[in-house]
Amino acid sequence: MTGTKRNAFFHPERWVTVVFFGFCLLVWEVAAQSTWISTLFFPAPSTIVKTLTAMTGTGLFWLTLGTTLYRLLLGVVAGAGAGLVVGWGMGASRKARAVLDPVVAALHPMPKLAIFPIFLVILGIGEASKIALIALAAFFPMLLNTLAGVQHIEQCYWEAASNYGARGMTLLRRVIMPGSLPMAMTGLRLAFNNALVVTIAIEMLSAQDGLGAQIWMSWQTLRTEELYATLIVIGVVGMLSNAVLGRLVVWLLPWHTKA
Amino acid sequence: MKQLHVIGVSKRYSSKRGSVKALASVSCSVQQGEFVALLGPSGCGKSTLLRLVAGLSQPDDGQIEFREWVQMPKARLVFQDSALFPWMSVWENVAFGLEMEAMPVAERRERAVALLATMGMADFHQHYPHELSGGMRQRVAIARAFATEPDILLMDEPLRALDAQMRLVVQEELLALWNRQKPMVLYVTHDIEEALLLADRVLVMSGKPGKIREEVISGFHRPRDLTGRDHKNLEELKWHIWKLLESDVRGQLQSGTANTV
Ligand SMILES: Nc1ncnc2c1ncn2[C@@H]1O[C@H](COP(=O)(O)OP(=O)(O)OP(=O)(O)O)[C@@H](O)[C@H]1O
Ligand SMILES: [Mg+2]
Repeated sequence: MTGTKRNAFFHPERWVTVVFFGFCLLVWEVAAQSTWISTLFFPAPSTIVKTLTAMTGTGLFWLTLGTTLYRLLLGVVAGAGAGLVVGWGMGASRKARAVLDPVVAALHPMPKLAIFPIFLVILGIGEASKIALIALAAFFPMLLNTLAGVQHIEQCYWEAASNYGARGMTLLRRVIMPGSLPMAMTGLRLAFNNALVVTIAIEMLSAQDGLGAQIWMSWQTLRTEELYATLIVIGVVGMLSNAVLGRLVVWLLPWHTKA
Repeated sequence: MKQLHVIGVSKRYSSKRGSVKALASVSCSVQQGEFVALLGPSGCGKSTLLRLVAGLSQPDDGQIEFREWVQMPKARLVFQDSALFPWMSVWENVAFGLEMEAMPVAERRERAVALLATMGMADFHQHYPHELSGGMRQRVAIARAFATEPDILLMDEPLRALDAQMRLVVQEELLALWNRQKPMVLYVTHDIEEALLLADRVLVMSGKPGKIREEVISGFHRPRDLTGRDHKNLEELKWHIWKLLESDVRGQLQSGTANTV
């Protein structure tokens, strides 16, 4: 297992990526050092790395990161959890589908940030309105993928389940839930990425703390090297979470060949 | 005597691409403990008939009656494409019917593993279906059906994916299981010899639209010798059935809808 993983990681193609980006960074570094480009807007990579190291050495940074992760995770758990449940419900029941389909169709394409003012009115300017919006961003991708997952369960499995006497809750637990899980996991990834985007956006828009707020502050005060350093942190958060979700798929779906 | 009666059953499939008369006024009956084979060219409606008896679809015309049964008989289907749940391990698949009947997990697991052992699959009970060969999957599907001890066992080409030697062994095992439980069996196959060797009666079907052409009684004594050496008129019966099917098959070849017999 690990053997094949290693090989995949050190694929010859990887070197193309590494060399290409190394080259770009080098050009950037040289251009910045020799002030061909404005270091105010494009600080040298070495400066950014220095800032990043200094930043991660402070307690404030970890507090900021913690705040963002707290909002993100709480929003994802609430939103994706609800999306999963509603998706299974709609998948299992024709009636639920008939009622909720138009609601989903109307609300899903709505840009989530546009709804934020309404959430502010209802939930106040504290954490609740932010987390609710992040949850909403996670909710729809999870719902739609879970529902699609149920609808993609092949006819023969429905028939086998019915022929062997599966009804109601057992049908849900033994067929609908596991059968839709592969697509639901794809939904979870999308939900997470969507929620990350909304978390940062909302922090830029209205928060005093968090990575999004830090980006905004850096920009306002023209501390661009800090802005880039924060962007790197956000990128790492996104990559790590995707890696974790990938492991989760392997662990949850041992029968899934494409994992 | 408990009986299954299929009375004047018709079934038509319609879609945007046209409509097919899959079964036209088919009648037949099966007695308790009887092993009946369904034989016919591809597309003549064998699977359709099994699905109707299993209650997975409803006939357009005619009835399916279960006579002398106090309650609805338990009819279990071995699907043509095995239809094992990919998210369940082999033993969970075999125990699925028992789980639906609310048997405790320890008991149903024990039963599933024991049944798998008789099918030569003891070492694979914790595998997932995608880790098995086609023939192994088919054996698991047979075990899943037998595990529930059904009143009516419907098998749709269950041994298709097995090689000749394995087929002989599994046929013997299948007859042994049948002998122990004595469900009534409807067994679909493309193999004339298999039909004659396993079944008490062979219903020879013809297609377009699907109907039952003739009923051939194999009448060999049981327990059977599945190699066929002992049965004197086997060749004669095979020849007779082949003659019944031949025109259908040649017709299919000519109209370009050829498939295997
Ligand atoms: N779901 C369906 N929708 C439309 N047509 C169908 C459907 N199922 C079967 N048919 C048609 O009904 C006819 C009978 O199909 P059926 O599957 O019962 O044949 P079969 O005898 O089992 O064939 P085979 O031996 O190849 O499995 C065929 O002509 C087929 O095209
Ligand atoms: Mg068929």
